[in-house]
Amino acid sequence: MPAFRIKRQEGDDGVALQLIESEGDLPPWGPNEALSVVGHPYPRLEGREKVSGRAIYASDIRLPGQLYGKVLRSPYPRARITRLDVSRAEAAPGVHAVLSMLNAPPIGWYQEGQLFESTVRLVGDEVAAVAAESEEQAEDALRLIEVAYEPLPFVTTIAAALAPDAPKVHESGNIAGEPVIYERGDPEAGLRQADVVIDERYETPCALHNALEAHGGTAFWDGDQLTLWDSTQAVFVVREEVARAVGLPEHRVRVIKHHMGGGFGAKQIAWKVDVIASLLSKLAGRPVQLILDREAENLVSGNRNPTRQRVRLGARRDGTLTAIVAEIAQAAGAYRTGGEASDVSGTYQSLYRCPNVRTEQTAVYINAGPAVAFRAPGFVEGAAALEQAMDELARALEIDPVELRRRNYSEVDQPSGKPYTLPEGLRLSYDRVTEAFGWQDRPRPSSSGTKRRGTGFAAHDWVGGGGHDPGYAWIEMNADGTVEVITGTQDIGTGTRTGLAQIAAEELGLPLEQITLRLGDTGVGPYSPVSSGSATQATIGPAVRAAAVDLKRQVLDVAAALLEVSAVRLSIEDGKVLVDGDPERAVALSEVTEKIAPHMLQARGCRAPNPEDKAVRTFGAQCVEVEVDTETGTIDILRLATSHDCGRIVNPTMVDSQVIGGITQGIGFALMEERVVDDRLGIVLNANLEDYYVPTVADAPPIAHAPVDVPDLAANSTGAKGIGEPPLIPTAPAIANAVYDAIGIRIREYPLSRQRVLAALAAAGQGEARS
Amino acid sequence: MAANGFQPVTLTVNGSDYPIMVEPRRTLVDALRHDLALTGTKKVCAMGDCGACTVIVDGRAMYSCLLLAVDCAGRAITTIEGLAHGNNLSPLQEAFVASDGFQCGFCTSGQIMSLHALLQAHPHPSDEEIARAVTGNICRCGAYANIVKAGREAAEAMARQQEA
Repeated sequence: MPAFRIKRQEGDDGVALQLIESEGDLPPWGPNEALSVVGHPYPRLEGREKVSGRAIYASDIRLPGQLYGKVLRSPYPRARITRLDVSRAEAAPGVHAVLSMLNAPPIGWYQEGQLFESTVRLVGDEVAAVAAESEEQAEDALRLIEVAYEPLPFVTTIAAALAPDAPKVHESGNIAGEPVIYERGDPEAGLRQADVVIDERYETPCALHNALEAHGGTAFWDGDQLTLWDSTQAVFVVREEVARAVGLPEHRVRVIKHHMGGGFGAKQIAWKVDVIASLLSKLAGRPVQLILDREAENLVSGNRNPTRQRVRLGARRDGTLTAIVAEIAQAAGAYRTGGEASDVSGTYQSLYRCPNVRTEQTAVYINAGPAVAFRAPGFVEGAAALEQAMDELARALEIDPVELRRRNYSEVDQPSGKPYTLPEGLRLSYDRVTEAFGWQDRPRPSSSGTKRRGTGFAAHDWVGGGGHDPGYAWIEMNADGTVEVITGTQDIGTGTRTGLAQIAAEELGLPLEQITLRLGDTGVGPYSPVSSGSATQATIGPAVRAAAVDLKRQVLDVAAALLEVSAVRLSIEDGKVLVDGDPERAVALSEVTEKIAPHMLQARGCRAPNPEDKAVRTFGAQCVEVEVDTETGTIDILRLATSHDCGRIVNPTMVDSQVIGGITQGIGFALMEERVVDDRLGIVLNANLEDYYVPTVADAPPIAHAPVDVPDLAANSTGAKGIGEPPLIPTAPAIANAVYDAIGIRIREYPLSRQRVLAALAAAGQGEARS
Repeated sequence: MAANGFQPVTLTVNGSDYPIMVEPRRTLVDALRHDLALTGTKKVCAMGDCGACTVIVDGRAMYSCLLLAVDCAGRAITTIEGLAHGNNLSPLQEAFVASDGFQCGFCTSGQIMSLHALLQAHPHPSDEEIARAVTGNICRCGAYANIVKAGREAAEAMARQQEA
């Protein structure tokens, strides 16, 4: 049964209460415990729906009388709207509602703006919205809206934003929030003590999530009830934010997300589109479907913030790090969404043992789309620089790059001083990936010809993957002994349904097919947090297990009465209640539950806090071999090996898929993905899938996944941690290091596009590009 | 053409005829999704880059976002909804489930339709041919290796069915 205690604290803002819940006395499954469902591969529970076209996504909702919404967007990167006339649009055929600053309620949005306002700050900012009988009619109506803009000066790069006398994105200036400074020890002294100092500058691009399903949803404001079928990673976050924005109590807002076409971090908050669809539905009295088109998706619904980083590493001759100093500037875009969480500094502070560390991270506004979390936000950008710098250091010291990292190994999360729950996680990743790749016997780089081969290595840590409290799951047992697991979490395509069902099946001793998962609906399941930070399995898994333990206790009490034996002699295996020492008396679980039907057994589980005295983290490492064509600048990834600590692997199929998927996105980040803005006009030149390149089947290399698969028993009762984000983190620097190995040229500006490779070759006096 | 700009067209989809009224500018993907409520076909880029809207038209895999509905009269259109027989998935669909050939599932209809067209024309493709068939189908989750595996296993399963 859930139990809790309360911590009361009086602060400047009044009384704060912290509810500390208990999962019950629940020892983790042991490292050698024979598990029959957890740890085994199962196909996704929703597979059938997805391959038959019957899985319903937000854009597939069809309700009687449904209208379609479209949004008019600013063509200017910064402008004042001096005149807005929507009257012709309102009178247009099929139009039922028009929303703009003329009639929208004042709703604060982002940290700095309004839902609609008279100043626009990026190409794509919302000016007005229309709901009509068809998308085409809505589109036509947008063309009838008359807007006069007074264009204003703007900035689209970090450098331009930081220049003296730069146009101000906001009146407060171009620095977004306060610079974040971290320091331990004496970094400058550490640099002075060093035998070797690396001092280099790196740049990472603005990458666009480009989940295939765009942001948006279908809203129906019916009387005093708003239902929103949304493409979101966080049904409860969207409920809270939309309810507050539109002025409805939370119980009158229901957010549903059964399937979604990818999020990758960009769908962890509510967006303007959710509120606009809701308000259009209220105005029209009809359901409104509003899905962003691809261009809008790429303009306004988040991106990985571009960064410029200066990195200084100091080390003694034996490789011992004496200082790590990073100065980081990142572009927030025109607004702070509240969901960016891009801690570029993080990995500098934690990945390697070093007494003297300083990081300084400054976010700047530019007149372009706002940044939001993108799969391992911050750590991808930080690792892209730090892990190249470590490779440069290894070269300067003539130490093997893996050995250099081993010599600076930390078993402690240095910022907090707490030991890791699995301190050997990173070391095991080093061992397994180097073995899988054959690092010791790796081929030497070829030094001549136009096709040069090289190998590279990179490591990573990640602040996510450990999960956290709170989060809840309920379990009900039907009269026939089958089970419904009900939770307010969501499956964002990662396999959550399957992974959680496996936890329940394992604890209850049931075959997987006797479990149904109900999730992704605030109207059905109890609160669960956003699916971000690779957290969902590690957050909700223990809550499911806690509920299952309680339910099992109940059903065994009933079985004890039926069989007239003590419950302590009973267990459940493969759907049968077994009597210890008396196999003849085994009965099917359904025989037990039918005896009490229609009474129903039910249990509630929660997620307790993580251990206070330890830090839960995830780790990994990658090796890659590339071939660089010095005539075309093409980088061909010949093979890649990867190893990750994600605690206990609940479902190897799902983990493998996350690993290959993350690496594929990492290849995109390394080689091809970059939003391109025309700095003279402020227009994004590749806000589509024609000119913004993402990896295709032709770009996917052979990947050898060598899992660590050691249960993290100190992390939570399932021993499992997340794997969604980590595989992407080390890919880009591993590739850049391999490119250096191949051609002997450092390319410190990502992505390593053909253009950049050719330019680097030309600058070094090599390759065909020099003519 | 009617005065409001709509005109009649009969689409032949998954073996059935559907007379509908559409504006000439309505694309096939929109007609499938809105006029026929066949929402298994997905609309993503709307400009022929991603392959999510792939359907089979007269035996060839085509991007339905690049076809106008009014141009499709009399052409045999197969969508993802047309592959299963009742509740029995096709061998290709089964192979996608078994191979974990998807994660979020949003590109899956297009991937399957591209491979279905390939297997209809070339029942014994090489891995290279399988990959080439889905080169125009973006999977942002990066399930490519498993998509190719699904194609291979489906081809093998269909060959076994032929022999049986």
